[in-house]
Amino acid sequence: MKKSLTVLAAAAALAMTASVAQAQGSKIRVATEGAYPPWNATNAAGKLEGFEIDLANELCKRLSAQCEIVAQDWDGIIPSLQAKKYDVIMAGMSVTDERKKVIDFAGPYASEPTSFAALKNSPLLKGSFAERVTLDQVDGDEQKSIDALKAALKGKTVGVQVSTIQANMLEKHFPDVSMKTYDKIDSAGLDLVAGRIDAVLADRSAAAALAQAEGGKDITLFGPGFTGGVLGVGVGAGVRKDDAQLKANLDKAIQAATADGTIGKLSTQWFGFDISIKK
Amino acid sequence: MDLTLMWESLPRLLGGAPLTLQLVGLSLLLGLCIAVGLAVMRLSRNPLLSGPAAAYVFVFRGTPLLVQIFLIYYGLGQFPALRESFAWPFLREAYWCAVLALALNTAAYTSEIIRGGVQSVPFGQIEAARALGMGRMQIYRRIVAPIALRQALPAYGNEIILMVKASSLASTITLLEITGIARRLISQTFAVFEIFIIAGAIYLLMNFVVSRVISLVEWRLTPHLRRAT
Repeated sequence: MKKSLTVLAAAAALAMTASVAQAQGSKIRVATEGAYPPWNATNAAGKLEGFEIDLANELCKRLSAQCEIVAQDWDGIIPSLQAKKYDVIMAGMSVTDERKKVIDFAGPYASEPTSFAALKNSPLLKGSFAERVTLDQVDGDEQKSIDALKAALKGKTVGVQVSTIQANMLEKHFPDVSMKTYDKIDSAGLDLVAGRIDAVLADRSAAAALAQAEGGKDITLFGPGFTGGVLGVGVGAGVRKDDAQLKANLDKAIQAATADGTIGKLSTQWFGFDISIKK
Repeated sequence: MDLTLMWESLPRLLGGAPLTLQLVGLSLLLGLCIAVGLAVMRLSRNPLLSGPAAAYVFVFRGTPLLVQIFLIYYGLGQFPALRESFAWPFLREAYWCAVLALALNTAAYTSEIIRGGVQSVPFGQIEAARALGMGRMQIYRRIVAPIALRQALPAYGNEIILMVKASSLASTITLLEITGIARRLISQTFAVFEIFIIAGAIYLLMNFVVSRVISLVEWRLTPHLRRAT
Protein backbone atom coordinates (compact mmCIF):
# COMPACT_ATOMS: atom_id res chain seq x y z
CA MET A 1 0.00 0.00 0.00
CA LYS A 2 2.76 2.35 1.04
CA LYS A 3 4.72 1.45 -2.02
CA SER A 4 1.82 2.10 -4.34
CA LEU A 5 1.36 5.51 -2.67
CA THR A 6 4.97 6.39 -3.35
CA VAL A 7 4.54 5.36 -6.94
CA LEU A 8 1.42 7.45 -7.17
CA ALA A 9 3.18 10.44 -5.65
CA ALA A 10 6.08 10.00 -7.99
CA ALA A 11 3.72 9.78 -10.93
CA ALA A 12 1.93 12.90 -9.74
CA ALA A 13 5.21 14.75 -9.31
CA LEU A 14 6.24 13.71 -12.78
CA ALA A 15 2.97 14.87 -14.22
CA MET A 16 3.32 18.19 -12.43
CA THR A 17 6.84 18.84 -13.68
CA ALA A 18 5.65 17.93 -17.13
CA SER A 19 2.81 20.43 -17.00
CA VAL A 20 5.07 23.15 -15.56
CA ALA A 21 7.62 22.47 -18.27
CA GLN A 22 4.89 22.71 -20.85
CA ALA A 23 3.65 26.00 -19.42
CA GLN A 24 7.17 27.39 -19.30
CA GLY A 25 7.80 26.36 -22.86
CA SER A 26 4.55 27.89 -24.06
CA LYS A 27 4.70 31.18 -25.83
CA ILE A 28 2.19 34.01 -25.77
CA ARG A 29 2.35 36.25 -28.81
CA VAL A 30 1.27 39.79 -27.95
CA ALA A 31 0.62 42.54 -30.49
CA THR A 32 0.89 46.23 -29.74
CA GLU A 33 0.84 49.31 -31.94
CA GLY A 34 4.14 50.84 -30.95
CA ALA A 35 2.92 54.34 -31.75
CA TYR A 36 0.76 55.38 -28.79
CA PRO A 37 3.04 56.66 -26.04
CA PRO A 38 3.13 56.27 -23.12
CA TRP A 39 1.00 53.13 -23.54
CA ASN A 40 3.24 51.60 -26.19
CA ALA A 41 5.89 53.20 -28.35
CA THR A 42 8.92 52.46 -30.45
CA ASN A 43 12.09 54.06 -29.12
CA ALA A 44 14.93 55.56 -31.13
CA ALA A 45 16.68 52.20 -31.23
CA GLY A 46 13.59 50.65 -32.84
CA LYS A 47 12.65 48.67 -29.72
CA LEU A 48 9.15 48.53 -28.29
CA GLU A 49 8.68 50.12 -24.91
CA GLY A 50 5.96 51.54 -22.72
CA PHE A 51 3.42 50.67 -20.07
CA GLU A 52 1.86 47.81 -22.00
CA ILE A 53 5.21 46.27 -22.95
CA ASP A 54 6.17 46.07 -19.27
CA LEU A 55 2.69 44.87 -18.34
CA ALA A 56 2.72 42.16 -21.02
CA ASN A 57 6.05 40.87 -19.76
CA GLU A 58 4.71 40.94 -16.20
CA LEU A 59 1.58 38.99 -17.14
CA CYS A 60 3.59 36.43 -19.10
CA LYS A 61 5.88 35.98 -16.12
CA ARG A 62 2.87 35.33 -13.91
CA LEU A 63 1.62 32.74 -16.41
CA SER A 64 5.14 31.27 -16.65
CA ALA A 65 5.05 31.71 -20.38
CA GLN A 66 7.39 33.31 -22.83
CA CYS A 67 6.29 36.66 -24.21
CA GLU A 68 6.79 37.52 -27.82
CA ILE A 69 5.75 41.12 -28.46
CA VAL A 70 5.28 42.35 -32.00
CA ALA A 71 4.28 45.70 -33.48
CA GLN A 72 1.18 45.82 -35.69
CA ASP A 73 -0.49 48.79 -37.37
CA TRP A 74 -3.63 49.83 -35.55
CA ASP A 75 -6.08 49.46 -38.43
CA GLY A 76 -5.17 45.81 -38.94
CA ILE A 77 -4.73 44.84 -35.33
CA ILE A 78 -8.06 43.01 -34.85
CA PRO A 79 -8.12 41.27 -38.27
CA SER A 80 -4.59 39.97 -37.64
CA LEU A 81 -5.62 38.63 -34.25
CA GLN A 82 -8.43 36.74 -35.95
CA ALA A 83 -5.96 35.50 -38.55
CA LYS A 84 -3.94 34.03 -35.62
CA LYS A 85 -0.85 36.11 -36.34
CA TYR A 86 -0.70 36.54 -32.55
CA ASP A 87 -2.81 35.66 -29.51
CA VAL A 88 -3.29 38.85 -27.52
CA ILE A 89 -3.75 42.55 -28.27
CA MET A 90 -2.42 45.00 -25.72
CA ALA A 91 -2.51 48.33 -27.50
CA GLY A 92 -4.47 50.82 -25.42
CA MET A 93 -7.60 49.15 -26.76
CA SER A 94 -10.78 50.00 -24.88
CA VAL A 95 -13.36 47.34 -24.18
CA THR A 96 -16.45 48.31 -26.20
CA ASP A 97 -19.59 46.48 -27.24
CA GLU A 98 -18.67 46.94 -30.89
CA ARG A 99 -15.33 45.19 -30.46
CA LYS A 100 -16.82 42.55 -28.18
CA LYS A 101 -18.89 41.39 -31.15
CA VAL A 102 -15.70 40.16 -32.82
CA ILE A 103 -13.20 39.50 -30.02
CA ASP A 104 -13.13 38.92 -26.26
CA PHE A 105 -11.29 40.95 -23.67
CA ALA A 106 -9.39 40.01 -20.53
CA GLY A 107 -9.30 42.76 -17.95
CA PRO A 108 -9.71 45.74 -18.16
CA TYR A 109 -6.31 46.58 -16.73
CA ALA A 110 -6.40 50.38 -16.99
CA SER A 111 -8.77 53.26 -17.56
CA GLU A 112 -8.10 56.73 -18.87
CA PRO A 113 -10.49 59.59 -19.59
CA THR A 114 -10.69 61.00 -23.11
CA SER A 115 -9.70 64.61 -23.69
CA PHE A 116 -9.53 67.26 -26.39
CA ALA A 117 -6.24 68.93 -27.25
CA ALA A 118 -5.68 72.14 -29.20
CA LEU A 119 -3.01 74.77 -29.76
CA LYS A 120 -2.38 77.17 -26.90
CA ASN A 121 -3.60 80.19 -28.91
CA SER A 122 -6.82 78.45 -29.99
CA PRO A 123 -10.13 80.23 -29.32
CA LEU A 124 -11.46 76.82 -28.21
CA LEU A 125 -9.57 77.18 -24.93
CA LYS A 126 -11.70 80.12 -23.77
CA GLY A 127 -14.72 78.25 -22.46
CA SER A 128 -15.02 76.95 -18.91
CA PHE A 129 -15.94 73.33 -18.59
CA ALA A 130 -16.76 70.74 -15.96
CA GLU A 131 -13.76 68.66 -14.95
CA ARG A 132 -15.41 65.35 -15.71
CA VAL A 133 -18.22 64.25 -18.03
CA THR A 134 -19.64 60.75 -17.68
CA LEU A 135 -21.32 60.14 -21.02
CA ASP A 136 -23.80 57.49 -19.84
CA GLN A 137 -25.16 59.62 -16.99
CA VAL A 138 -24.91 63.28 -17.88
CA ASP A 139 -25.97 65.73 -15.15
CA GLY A 140 -26.85 69.41 -15.59
CA ASP A 141 -23.33 70.77 -15.27
CA GLU A 142 -21.97 68.16 -17.62
CA GLN A 143 -24.67 68.86 -20.18
CA LYS A 144 -23.73 72.54 -20.04
CA SER A 145 -20.13 71.62 -20.82
CA ILE A 146 -21.17 69.43 -23.73
CA ASP A 147 -23.38 72.17 -25.15
CA ALA A 148 -20.62 74.76 -24.79
CA LEU A 149 -18.17 72.46 -26.55
CA LYS A 150 -20.72 71.74 -29.27
CA ALA A 151 -21.15 75.44 -29.94
CA ALA A 152 -17.41 76.11 -29.90
CA LEU A 153 -16.60 73.21 -32.20
CA LYS A 154 -19.35 73.85 -34.73
CA GLY A 155 -17.84 73.81 -38.24
CA LYS A 156 -14.39 72.99 -36.84
CA THR A 157 -12.31 69.97 -37.75
CA VAL A 158 -11.25 67.46 -35.12
CA GLY A 159 -8.65 64.73 -35.70
CA VAL A 160 -8.98 61.25 -34.22
CA GLN A 161 -7.30 57.94 -34.76
CA VAL A 162 -9.27 55.64 -37.05
CA SER A 163 -11.52 53.06 -35.36
CA THR A 164 -11.16 54.35 -31.83
CA ILE A 165 -13.66 55.06 -29.06
CA GLN A 166 -12.87 58.73 -29.62
CA ALA A 167 -14.03 58.48 -33.24
CA ASN A 168 -17.26 56.89 -31.98
CA MET A 169 -17.70 59.56 -29.35
CA LEU A 170 -17.27 62.35 -31.90
CA GLU A 171 -19.77 60.76 -34.28
CA LYS A 172 -22.32 60.20 -31.56
CA HIS A 173 -22.04 63.28 -29.36
CA PHE A 174 -20.62 65.91 -31.73
CA PRO A 175 -22.23 65.19 -35.10
CA ASP A 176 -21.74 68.77 -36.34
CA VAL A 177 -17.98 68.52 -36.10
CA SER A 178 -16.14 67.47 -39.24
CA MET A 179 -13.94 64.53 -38.36
CA LYS A 180 -10.58 63.64 -39.90
CA THR A 181 -9.23 60.18 -39.23
CA TYR A 182 -5.57 59.27 -38.97
CA ASP A 183 -3.72 55.96 -38.95
CA LYS A 184 -1.58 57.05 -36.04
CA ILE A 185 -2.30 59.62 -33.35
CA ASP A 186 1.01 61.45 -33.88
CA SER A 187 0.01 62.23 -37.49
CA ALA A 188 -3.02 64.03 -36.04
CA GLY A 189 -0.63 65.92 -33.75
CA LEU A 190 1.44 67.03 -36.77
CA ASP A 191 -1.68 68.29 -38.51
CA LEU A 192 -2.81 70.10 -35.37
CA VAL A 193 0.50 71.97 -35.24
CA ALA A 194 0.31 72.67 -38.99
CA GLY A 195 -3.14 74.17 -38.47
CA ARG A 196 -4.96 71.71 -40.72
CA ILE A 197 -7.24 70.68 -37.87
CA ASP A 198 -8.55 72.63 -34.90
CA ALA A 199 -8.38 69.97 -32.21
CA VAL A 200 -7.47 66.35 -31.49
CA LEU A 201 -9.54 63.94 -29.42
CA ALA A 202 -7.64 61.12 -27.71
CA ASP A 203 -6.92 59.37 -24.44
CA ARG A 204 -5.78 62.00 -21.96
CA SER A 205 -2.33 60.44 -21.69
CA ALA A 206 -1.89 60.08 -25.47
CA ALA A 207 -3.01 63.67 -25.99
CA ALA A 208 -0.58 64.81 -23.31
CA ALA A 209 2.17 62.83 -25.05
CA LEU A 210 1.53 64.85 -28.23
CA ALA A 211 2.39 68.00 -26.29
CA GLN A 212 5.64 66.41 -25.12
CA ALA A 213 6.60 65.25 -28.60
CA GLU A 214 9.08 67.17 -30.70
CA GLY A 215 7.40 70.27 -32.13
CA GLY A 216 4.36 69.78 -29.91
CA LYS A 217 5.16 72.45 -27.33
CA ASP A 218 2.16 74.57 -28.39
CA ILE A 219 -0.31 71.74 -27.82
CA THR A 220 -2.39 71.73 -24.67
CA LEU A 221 -5.34 69.75 -23.31
CA PHE A 222 -8.68 71.44 -22.79
CA GLY A 223 -12.25 70.68 -21.82
CA PRO A 224 -13.54 67.92 -19.56
CA GLY A 225 -12.19 64.41 -19.16
CA PHE A 226 -14.79 62.16 -20.76
CA THR A 227 -15.60 58.65 -19.51
CA GLY A 228 -18.37 56.06 -19.80
CA GLY A 229 -20.95 55.45 -22.52
CA VAL A 230 -19.39 54.91 -25.95
CA LEU A 231 -15.98 55.23 -24.32
CA GLY A 232 -16.35 51.77 -22.79
CA VAL A 233 -15.20 50.44 -19.46
CA GLY A 234 -11.44 50.72 -19.77
CA VAL A 235 -8.53 49.23 -21.63
CA GLY A 236 -8.33 45.44 -21.86
CA ALA A 237 -6.32 42.69 -23.48
CA GLY A 238 -8.02 41.46 -26.66
CA VAL A 239 -8.13 37.72 -27.34
CA ARG A 240 -9.90 35.55 -29.88
CA LYS A 241 -13.38 34.38 -28.93
CA ASP A 242 -12.39 30.72 -29.09
CA ASP A 243 -9.43 31.27 -26.77
CA ALA A 244 -11.37 31.00 -23.51
CA GLN A 245 -8.49 29.37 -21.61
CA LEU A 246 -6.09 32.20 -22.45
CA LYS A 247 -8.73 34.79 -21.52
CA ALA A 248 -9.30 33.09 -18.15
CA ASN A 249 -5.55 32.91 -17.47
CA LEU A 250 -5.03 36.55 -18.40
CA ASP A 251 -8.06 37.63 -16.35
CA LYS A 252 -6.59 35.93 -13.31
CA ALA A 253 -3.13 37.41 -13.87
CA ILE A 254 -4.54 40.91 -14.43
CA GLN A 255 -6.66 40.67 -11.28
CA ALA A 256 -3.67 39.55 -9.24
CA ALA A 257 -1.40 42.25 -10.69
CA THR A 258 -4.06 44.87 -10.01
CA ALA A 259 -4.66 43.66 -6.46
CA ASP A 260 -0.99 43.63 -5.42
CA GLY A 261 -0.38 47.08 -6.90
CA THR A 262 1.97 45.99 -9.69
CA ILE A 263 -0.13 47.63 -12.42
CA GLY A 264 -0.46 50.78 -10.32
CA LYS A 265 3.32 50.89 -9.97
CA LEU A 266 3.93 50.40 -13.71
CA SER A 267 1.33 53.05 -14.45
CA THR A 268 2.98 55.61 -12.19
CA GLN A 269 6.29 54.81 -13.81
CA TRP A 270 5.01 55.46 -17.36
CA PHE A 271 2.15 57.94 -16.91
CA GLY A 272 3.15 59.78 -13.76
CA PHE A 273 -0.16 58.78 -12.15
CA ASP A 274 -2.13 55.65 -11.40
CA ILE A 275 -4.57 54.50 -14.09
CA SER A 276 -5.07 50.96 -12.81
CA ILE A 277 -8.64 49.82 -12.24
CA LYS A 278 -9.98 50.50 -8.78
CA LYS A 279 -13.02 48.68 -7.58
CA MET B 1 -17.35 35.39 -46.52
CA ASP B 2 -20.19 37.71 -45.68
CA LEU B 3 -22.02 38.38 -48.93
CA THR B 4 -24.55 40.79 -47.44
CA LEU B 5 -21.76 42.89 -46.02
CA MET B 6 -20.04 42.95 -49.40
CA TRP B 7 -23.26 44.03 -51.07
CA GLU B 8 -23.90 46.72 -48.46
CA SER B 9 -20.36 48.08 -48.69
CA LEU B 10 -20.58 48.49 -52.46
CA PRO B 11 -22.53 51.79 -52.54
CA ARG B 12 -20.37 53.26 -49.77
CA LEU B 13 -17.17 52.33 -51.61
CA LEU B 14 -18.57 53.68 -54.87
CA GLY B 15 -19.09 56.93 -52.98
CA GLY B 16 -15.30 57.26 -53.03
CA ALA B 17 -15.08 56.79 -56.79
CA PRO B 18 -15.69 60.47 -57.71
CA LEU B 19 -12.76 61.53 -55.51
CA THR B 20 -10.52 58.83 -56.96
CA LEU B 21 -11.44 59.91 -60.50
CA GLN B 22 -10.87 63.56 -59.65
CA LEU B 23 -7.44 62.87 -58.18
CA VAL B 24 -6.44 60.77 -61.18
CA GLY B 25 -7.92 63.15 -63.78
CA LEU B 26 -6.52 66.35 -62.31
CA SER B 27 -3.07 64.97 -61.64
CA LEU B 28 -2.85 63.40 -65.10
CA LEU B 29 -3.80 66.69 -66.72
CA LEU B 30 -1.40 68.72 -64.61
CA GLY B 31 1.28 66.05 -64.96
CA LEU B 32 0.95 65.99 -68.74
CA CYS B 33 1.49 69.75 -68.95
CA ILE B 34 4.61 69.54 -66.80
CA ALA B 35 5.76 66.48 -68.73
CA VAL B 36 5.57 68.21 -72.12
CA GLY B 37 7.73 71.03 -70.75
CA LEU B 38 10.15 68.54 -69.23
CA ALA B 39 10.38 66.52 -72.44
CA VAL B 40 11.11 69.62 -74.52
CA MET B 41 13.84 70.57 -72.03
CA ARG B 42 15.21 67.04 -71.98
CA LEU B 43 15.42 66.90 -75.78
CA SER B 44 17.21 70.24 -75.98
CA ARG B 45 20.90 70.22 -76.86
CA ASN B 46 21.51 72.93 -74.25
CA PRO B 47 22.77 71.21 -71.06
CA LEU B 48 21.30 74.03 -68.96
CA LEU B 49 17.88 72.83 -70.08
CA SER B 50 18.37 69.07 -70.41
CA GLY B 51 20.35 68.79 -67.17
CA PRO B 52 17.63 70.01 -64.76
CA ALA B 53 15.01 67.96 -66.61
CA ALA B 54 17.12 64.83 -66.28
CA ALA B 55 17.69 65.58 -62.58
CA TYR B 56 13.95 66.03 -62.03
CA VAL B 57 13.18 62.69 -63.64
CA PHE B 58 15.97 61.04 -61.66
CA VAL B 59 14.60 62.30 -58.33
CA PHE B 60 10.87 61.78 -58.89
CA ARG B 61 11.24 58.43 -60.61
CA GLY B 62 13.79 57.20 -58.10
CA THR B 63 11.86 57.85 -54.86
CA PRO B 64 8.68 56.14 -53.69
CA LEU B 65 5.43 57.99 -54.32
CA LEU B 66 4.39 57.35 -50.72
CA VAL B 67 7.49 59.18 -49.50
CA GLN B 68 6.74 62.07 -51.86
CA ILE B 69 3.18 62.30 -50.55
CA PHE B 70 4.36 62.32 -46.92
CA LEU B 71 7.04 64.91 -47.70
CA ILE B 72 4.55 67.22 -49.33
CA TYR B 73 1.75 66.74 -46.79
CA TYR B 74 3.50 66.37 -43.42
CA GLY B 75 6.94 67.66 -44.41
CA LEU B 76 6.07 71.02 -45.93
CA GLY B 77 3.49 71.73 -43.22
CA GLN B 78 6.24 71.89 -40.62
CA PHE B 79 7.79 75.09 -41.96
CA PRO B 80 6.12 78.14 -40.41
CA ALA B 81 7.35 80.30 -43.31
CA LEU B 82 5.42 78.13 -45.73
CA ARG B 83 2.35 78.12 -43.51
CA GLU B 84 2.23 81.90 -43.82
CA SER B 85 2.87 81.96 -47.56
CA PHE B 86 0.42 82.28 -50.45
CA ALA B 87 0.68 78.54 -51.11
CA TRP B 88 -0.74 77.46 -47.76
CA PRO B 89 -4.45 77.72 -48.67
CA PHE B 90 -3.66 74.97 -51.19
CA LEU B 91 -1.11 72.94 -49.26
CA ARG B 92 -3.32 73.06 -46.18
CA GLU B 93 -5.75 70.77 -47.98
CA ALA B 94 -4.90 67.09 -48.19
CA TYR B 95 -6.68 67.09 -51.57
CA TRP B 96 -4.26 69.50 -53.24
CA CYS B 97 -1.25 67.86 -51.60
CA ALA B 98 -2.32 64.56 -53.13
CA VAL B 99 -2.96 66.10 -56.56
CA LEU B 100 0.42 67.85 -56.43
CA ALA B 101 2.34 64.71 -55.41
CA LEU B 102 0.60 62.54 -58.01
CA ALA B 103 1.10 65.17 -60.73
CA LEU B 104 4.80 65.71 -60.00
CA ASN B 105 5.32 61.96 -59.94
CA THR B 106 3.48 61.15 -63.14
CA ALA B 107 5.18 64.11 -64.89
CA ALA B 108 8.54 62.40 -64.46
CA TYR B 109 7.36 59.15 -66.05
CA THR B 110 5.29 60.83 -68.74
CA SER B 111 8.15 63.07 -69.85
CA GLU B 112 10.25 59.96 -70.45
CA ILE B 113 7.38 58.39 -72.41
CA ILE B 114 7.12 61.52 -74.58
CA ARG B 115 10.89 61.67 -75.05
CA GLY B 116 10.95 58.02 -76.12
CA GLY B 117 8.10 58.64 -78.57
CA VAL B 118 9.76 61.66 -80.15
CA GLN B 119 13.11 59.92 -80.44
CA SER B 120 11.51 56.90 -82.07
CA VAL B 121 10.46 58.93 -85.11
CA PRO B 122 12.63 57.60 -87.98
CA PHE B 123 15.06 60.24 -89.17
CA GLY B 124 14.23 59.42 -92.79
CA GLN B 125 10.71 60.76 -92.27
CA ILE B 126 12.04 64.08 -91.00
CA GLU B 127 14.54 64.22 -93.84
CA ALA B 128 11.75 63.64 -96.31
CA ALA B 129 9.70 66.45 -94.77
CA ARG B 130 12.66 68.77 -94.98
CA ALA B 131 13.13 67.82 -98.62
CA LEU B 132 9.54 68.88 -99.20
CA GLY B 133 10.43 72.27 -97.76
CA MET B 134 8.49 72.06 -94.48
CA GLY B 135 9.49 74.40 -91.67
CA ARG B 136 10.52 73.17 -88.20
CA MET B 137 7.15 73.69 -86.54
CA GLN B 138 5.40 72.21 -89.50
CA ILE B 139 7.55 69.08 -89.31
CA TYR B 140 6.79 68.78 -85.58
CA ARG B 141 3.08 69.19 -86.09
CA ARG B 142 2.61 67.03 -89.16
CA ILE B 143 5.32 64.39 -88.91
CA VAL B 144 6.91 64.09 -85.48
CA ALA B 145 3.88 64.61 -83.23
CA PRO B 146 1.54 62.07 -84.88
CA ILE B 147 4.19 59.36 -85.04
CA ALA B 148 5.42 60.05 -81.51
CA LEU B 149 1.86 59.97 -80.15
CA ARG B 150 1.26 56.62 -81.75
CA GLN B 151 4.49 55.24 -80.33
CA ALA B 152 3.90 56.65 -76.85
CA LEU B 153 0.27 55.67 -76.48
CA PRO B 154 0.66 52.11 -75.13
CA ALA B 155 3.19 53.27 -72.55
CA TYR B 156 0.98 56.22 -71.59
CA GLY B 157 -1.97 53.86 -71.21
CA ASN B 158 0.11 51.92 -68.72
CA GLU B 159 0.88 55.15 -66.89
CA ILE B 160 -2.83 56.02 -66.60
CA ILE B 161 -3.54 52.60 -65.15
CA LEU B 162 -0.65 52.97 -62.72
CA MET B 163 -2.05 56.33 -61.65
CA VAL B 164 -5.50 54.91 -60.94
CA LYS B 165 -3.83 52.45 -58.61
CA ALA B 166 -1.39 55.00 -57.16
CA SER B 167 -4.27 57.27 -56.17
CA SER B 168 -5.04 54.78 -53.39
CA LEU B 169 -2.01 56.17 -51.54
CA ALA B 170 -4.00 59.36 -50.98
CA SER B 171 -5.82 57.45 -48.26
CA THR B 172 -2.68 57.75 -46.13
CA ILE B 173 -3.16 61.51 -45.83
CA THR B 174 -6.76 61.37 -44.56
CA LEU B 175 -8.49 61.46 -47.97
CA LEU B 176 -11.55 59.29 -48.22
CA GLU B 177 -11.28 57.97 -51.76
CA ILE B 178 -12.08 54.32 -52.48
CA THR B 179 -9.23 52.88 -50.42
CA GLY B 180 -9.74 55.42 -47.64
CA ILE B 181 -13.39 54.46 -47.34
CA ALA B 182 -12.46 50.78 -47.50
CA ARG B 183 -10.04 51.18 -44.62
CA ARG B 184 -12.61 53.08 -42.58
CA LEU B 185 -15.23 50.39 -43.25
CA ILE B 186 -12.76 47.69 -42.27
CA SER B 187 -11.99 49.48 -39.06
CA GLN B 188 -15.70 49.43 -38.26
CA THR B 189 -16.49 45.88 -39.38
CA PHE B 190 -13.07 44.17 -39.19
CA ALA B 191 -13.99 42.39 -42.44
CA VAL B 192 -10.74 42.88 -44.35
CA PHE B 193 -11.32 40.28 -47.01
CA GLU B 194 -14.86 41.20 -48.02
CA ILE B 195 -14.28 44.94 -48.28
CA PHE B 196 -10.90 44.92 -50.01
CA ILE B 197 -12.32 42.46 -52.58
CA ILE B 198 -15.03 44.94 -53.47
CA ALA B 199 -12.57 47.87 -53.48
CA GLY B 200 -10.24 45.88 -55.73
CA ALA B 201 -13.12 45.07 -58.08
CA ILE B 202 -13.96 48.76 -58.44
CA TYR B 203 -10.35 49.58 -59.39
CA LEU B 204 -10.36 46.65 -61.80
CA LEU B 205 -13.49 47.97 -63.47
CA MET B 206 -12.02 51.47 -63.77
CA ASN B 207 -8.83 50.12 -65.32
CA PHE B 208 -10.81 47.90 -67.65
CA VAL B 209 -12.53 50.99 -69.03
CA VAL B 210 -9.20 52.83 -69.28
CA SER B 211 -7.54 50.00 -71.18
CA ARG B 212 -10.52 49.66 -73.56
CA VAL B 213 -10.45 53.39 -74.31
CA ILE B 214 -6.70 53.30 -74.92
CA SER B 215 -6.96 50.39 -77.33
CA LEU B 216 -9.79 52.15 -79.14
CA VAL B 217 -7.64 55.26 -79.59
CA GLU B 218 -4.74 53.06 -80.67
CA TRP B 219 -6.92 51.43 -83.28
CA ARG B 220 -8.04 54.82 -84.59
CA LEU B 221 -4.48 56.10 -84.82
CA THR B 222 -3.08 53.13 -86.73
CA PRO B 223 -5.22 52.70 -89.84
CA HIS B 224 -2.11 51.69 -91.77
CA LEU B 225 -1.66 48.62 -89.59
CA ARG B 226 -5.20 47.35 -90.09
CA ARG B 227 -5.72 44.55 -92.53
CA ALA B 228 -7.70 45.62 -95.54
CA THR B 229 -11.10 44.00 -95.55
